[in-house]
Amino acid sequence: MSADNAKLIKQGLWDNNPALVQLLGLCPLLAVTNSVVNALGLGIATLIVLTGSNLAISLFRNLVPESVRLPIFVMIIAALVTAIELLMQALTYDLYLILGIFIPLIVTNCIIMGRADAFASRNPVRASLVDGLAMSIGFLIVLVLLGAIRELLGTGALFANMQLLFGEAARDWHWVIAVDYPQFLFAILPPGAFVALGLLIALKNVIDARIEAKRKALECALPPHKGVKGNKRVRVTGHIS
Amino acid sequence: MPLRLSSPHVSRNNSTAGVMQKVVLAMLPGVAVLTWLFGWGTLIQILLCVSSGLLFEAAAVRLRKQSLSFFLSDYSAVVTALLLAVAIPPTAPYWIAIVGMLVSILFGKQAYGGLGNNPFNPAMVAYALLLVSFPVQMTNWVLPNETLASFPETLSLIFGGATASGLGIDGLTGATPLDLLRNRGAVTTSEVWSGTALNSIAAAYQYLAGAWLVGGLALLYLKVFTWHTPISMILSLLVISALFYGYDPDNFLDPISHLTLGATMLGAFFIATDPVSSATSTRGKLVFGAGIGLLVFVIRTWGNYPDAIAFAVLLMNLCAPLIDQYTQPRTYGHKGIRKGPRDEE
Repeated sequence: MSADNAKLIKQGLWDNNPALVQLLGLCPLLAVTNSVVNALGLGIATLIVLTGSNLAISLFRNLVPESVRLPIFVMIIAALVTAIELLMQALTYDLYLILGIFIPLIVTNCIIMGRADAFASRNPVRASLVDGLAMSIGFLIVLVLLGAIRELLGTGALFANMQLLFGEAARDWHWVIAVDYPQFLFAILPPGAFVALGLLIALKNVIDARIEAKRKALECALPPHKGVKGNKRVRVTGHIS
Repeated sequence: MPLRLSSPHVSRNNSTAGVMQKVVLAMLPGVAVLTWLFGWGTLIQILLCVSSGLLFEAAAVRLRKQSLSFFLSDYSAVVTALLLAVAIPPTAPYWIAIVGMLVSILFGKQAYGGLGNNPFNPAMVAYALLLVSFPVQMTNWVLPNETLASFPETLSLIFGGATASGLGIDGLTGATPLDLLRNRGAVTTSEVWSGTALNSIAAAYQYLAGAWLVGGLALLYLKVFTWHTPISMILSLLVISALFYGYDPDNFLDPISHLTLGATMLGAFFIATDPVSSATSTRGKLVFGAGIGLLVFVIRTWGNYPDAIAFAVLLMNLCAPLIDQYTQPRTYGHKGIRKGPRDEE
């Protein structure tokens, strides 16, 4: 079980990261990541909805008729999003105003629907819960990273307005790195999000390629041992596993 | 082994470097007029842009593990740098040029696969990004009729933000003619023309347009590009602005001002004719140029920015592959003109 969990977590955080590999949920990803606090706010909201929906759908998965499963999933997700929206209205009203339409739009976030249909509806409760958590944390990390890059490039500072999420004590977290920084509007506007996301994806691909190259080099260095499939042929053009 | 040669024997230097060198030389009159009328700033910006552009180009070529000497000597980065340097205000702070070259070389060109693969004109990508990001710094043009700052003063203006005598950017700069004509408030265009603010600076911009025209005609004479793109761009801008001006001369800019007060000449001969990002077929070039002319008029008249060359060129760059697909020339011996994508035969 734990090996399965580790695999699920690796899938969500890296191999199958919703934002960097599946490219799902780009609308909120690109629209609200102009500061760390906005990204974190939406990321946490998505995390709660995705984990909750995976849990609920996995619980009901045997009761849901195949033909009407999507409307039922949408209703479950919508109920969760409504709850989150009301919660944010009560607890973090200013952030709720900033995020605006993107909170109700979590309903239409493809990651949530995708995980519900592809995973939660055909896997047991515990695995679905782990999958929902891993996927949404993977999404949250990319959101916050993108928010940090854009806030830093756009304003020359980090963690502005953190009090919207963490109360008055967090007001001092605002960390001005470059004092006389001219606003770099491009980074804050949506086109900057596309460029920054593209760079993040490129970075992930570079790291993957490095890991792959290292693995291959290691494989070549080791003498072929018996019992591994495909090691009988001496000359191959591609990778045999 | 004996060389087997057959006609035609073309002896013209058609290499990328040769063409780019001609473009650089053809920009000299425009650069000279800019320096004469707007001060030393232009030369400093050129120096900044070219050096940082070559640096970024070298870094990108190095990262892509390509031949450094081959790609640095094709002059394409120099042309991009020159185009950006004459497009940004002469007294813009130094980081404007550096950020611009970083964007144009790395994102405008190398990210797409280097020279020849870029769908957009790299210099215009950078200019549009700078204009959107730093509207204040990018619209402070030096007033040509003020006493120009000396060379050391310009240096301290670009690198420090103020001259030694405490004169800031605001003391030396003002609105461009197109700015004045655009943000004229409730008065008519002819009333703006009768005022002193516009008349005192319009002549400088007309000289500048003339210098770009001279350089452009020289390139045309040297057959660096054909006449189709620039002429169709100028004609379409002329015709549409004449139509609107004839209909309502109080509210629309006259056609001659459209051609001489902005970057029209620079755009028509040096920017729209970029062989990589523009349309390639002959009829395609006509459509491409006409589209730019039309968009320039539309953006200048109803858009948010006073000059429109960069946005118009970028928008038409986007259309260039489509234009090429629908304007393929007829193959000799075939009937009719093939329309639309090529069928697999």
